[in-house]
Amino acid sequence: MTGPLHIERRLDTPKWLKVAVPFASILLAAIIVAILLAATGHNPFSTYHQMYSASVTADGALTSTFVYATPMLFTGLCAAFAFRMRTWNIGGEGQLYMGAVGASAVGLVLGDWPRPLLIIAMVIGGALAGMLWACIPALLRAYLRTNEILTSLMLNYVAGFFMYYLIYDSSSYWRDLTTPGASVFPTGKTLVANASWPGITIGTFTLPMGFILGVGLAVGLLVLIRSTRYGFEMRVMGDSPQAANYSGIRTKRKILSVMAISGGVAGIAGSSQIGDFGHVLDPRGLQQAQYGYTGIVVAALALYNPLAVVLVSLLIGGLTSAGFALEGPSFPTGLVGTMEGIILFTVLGGEILARYRIGLRHRAVTPASAGANFGTEVAP
Amino acid sequence: MNSNIVIAVLVSAIGFGTPLVLAGLGELLAERSGVLNLGVEGMMLMGAVTAFFVSQKTHGPTALVLLLAVLASMVAGSAMALIHAVLSITIRVNQIVSGLAVTIFAGIIGLSSYLGQVWNIGGVAGHHQFNGIDLFGLQNLPIVGPIIFSEDAFVYASWVLVLAVLYYLYRTRPGLYLRAVGENPAAADAMGINVTAYRYVHTLIGGALAGLGGAYFTLALAPIWTDGLTAGFGWIAIALVIFAFWRPDLLVLGAYLFGIFSALGPTLETRGITVLPSEFYSALPFLMTVIALAAASTSWANRRVGTPASLGIPYTREEG
Repeated sequence: MTGPLHIERRLDTPKWLKVAVPFASILLAAIIVAILLAATGHNPFSTYHQMYSASVTADGALTSTFVYATPMLFTGLCAAFAFRMRTWNIGGEGQLYMGAVGASAVGLVLGDWPRPLLIIAMVIGGALAGMLWACIPALLRAYLRTNEILTSLMLNYVAGFFMYYLIYDSSSYWRDLTTPGASVFPTGKTLVANASWPGITIGTFTLPMGFILGVGLAVGLLVLIRSTRYGFEMRVMGDSPQAANYSGIRTKRKILSVMAISGGVAGIAGSSQIGDFGHVLDPRGLQQAQYGYTGIVVAALALYNPLAVVLVSLLIGGLTSAGFALEGPSFPTGLVGTMEGIILFTVLGGEILARYRIGLRHRAVTPASAGANFGTEVAP
Repeated sequence: MNSNIVIAVLVSAIGFGTPLVLAGLGELLAERSGVLNLGVEGMMLMGAVTAFFVSQKTHGPTALVLLLAVLASMVAGSAMALIHAVLSITIRVNQIVSGLAVTIFAGIIGLSSYLGQVWNIGGVAGHHQFNGIDLFGLQNLPIVGPIIFSEDAFVYASWVLVLAVLYYLYRTRPGLYLRAVGENPAAADAMGINVTAYRYVHTLIGGALAGLGGAYFTLALAPIWTDGLTAGFGWIAIALVIFAFWRPDLLVLGAYLFGIFSALGPTLETRGITVLPSEFYSALPFLMTVIALAAASTSWANRRVGTPASLGIPYTREEG
């Protein structure tokens, strides 16, 4: 290629570089965001200080960070798991909606069940709903080779409108039709107290049950990818679908099962939204939160490692939480997505650059030295 | 069904179809060079917000203000495309991830929303907008008059653009080279074509056209800015390229077909016809996209598809 830069793949990346690059990337992102803030008339230092306080040190800030991190943990795992096999499930958003629809249905129907059983049923209900929704793009991908990126994404919009229909435009089972105010401002039926998931409270801090469940899932998925035949086959398919086919891996089933697991995990995000936090199906709230799309950011920043997803979900959860706490003239809403995007750019770019050696073109091997090497090799 | 309603739907379909034509053509050019750009939705939003900002804050004759707004939207769109190009062409980040990153960066909770707030342009009606032109004085012809001969300058420009792209792709040498780069970059490189330059240029043009598609929303369709107002049109534009088999002529047909799907709900609603819930009509374009994508991947269609062979694959001469 033309241009003065010379880029070649490193044979192996030194350990210090693997650690240093992500940190340098995030630092670079912070500098770019600071420039953007300064350019639009905000003081970057005070903004950063406010953000740290609003996501970590202020009263209830840490609890709030975990509230936002919990759904992102699930949707991050949803994306990370599927992307690992280069199956691009962008449908976490819609699978989360359907999970919320499923889990709230279970919570409403089985309201008189004992609490532990009811909670388990809600998790399963959400997971199944998310799974079934993910099976549409999965079946099309497996049997017709239809591009799953676009079909899974389109179904996000469809699931969103479906949710709106249930609450705002029909007399569905989910909608509250008895409370006097509900005919003016349509809302969903609130679940019984038994259906709310228990959290662990230490002082003023509350750890939601969903987050613990998500960490468990992350460990499970890591083991599945790293140490099982299933995960090995996934990685082979990701690297070379042709090799997978020749080696007898049943690729269609694999696509179906990976997408189903991925959709199921996003579905549990919906369960947790109902069980941990909302206790009611709230289409507008779920749609504005954009947790499904944020999950893609989380997965990419975690380089598709399920355990790293846990940490990154807390980072982005904190960022989002600070965004909502500070929302106002000095901190416009769009700043959160802008920051996420900039961090993504620097981390993605940095990760690739760590794998390449970059030099100026004139440092390339000259014919003379190549000849010298050749000479030493043929010497007896 | 009443013929008035059919005409009303078709008139409205041209409106909804135009941003799809523009963004779709842009995506088509980028994909023909081998670059998949999933950032279209974000680029459209950036085009929409900058165009509206310029049209609100500059003073002068309407035609000049609109021209400046249109140019600004193209600059904004290609600025986003430049990020995607640097990441995916030069640094070789996976194109899918890079494109998604651009959409998240620029999208509904990202930079377009941020700029909308910093510039303080949300929720107010636009001062300037493109209005219908009575082309050749044929506006009053039955049926074709309202549909074809009374559109705004933006729509006529998009039709010219379609012809230009068709001519460029199939009748010029750079168009031939572009297709060569998309099909076999190594062979194109050996011929002396600068693969990297072709990919950069067409990705940037793609971004500019996506920005233009966004500008159509805020300058013609409904001159107001709200966060995320393109509402998934960028994604439909990407899908259109696939089931138009990467051909500009089919892309236009597809865009207006999806214009009809989008126009159906609003048109019926304003006439008080509520047979099906409004959510069904809102979901219709997205459902139809899934169906069309599935149909385009059946074995009948597969024999006719012209997917550029190198689509999504970074090109590098120095590695095998």
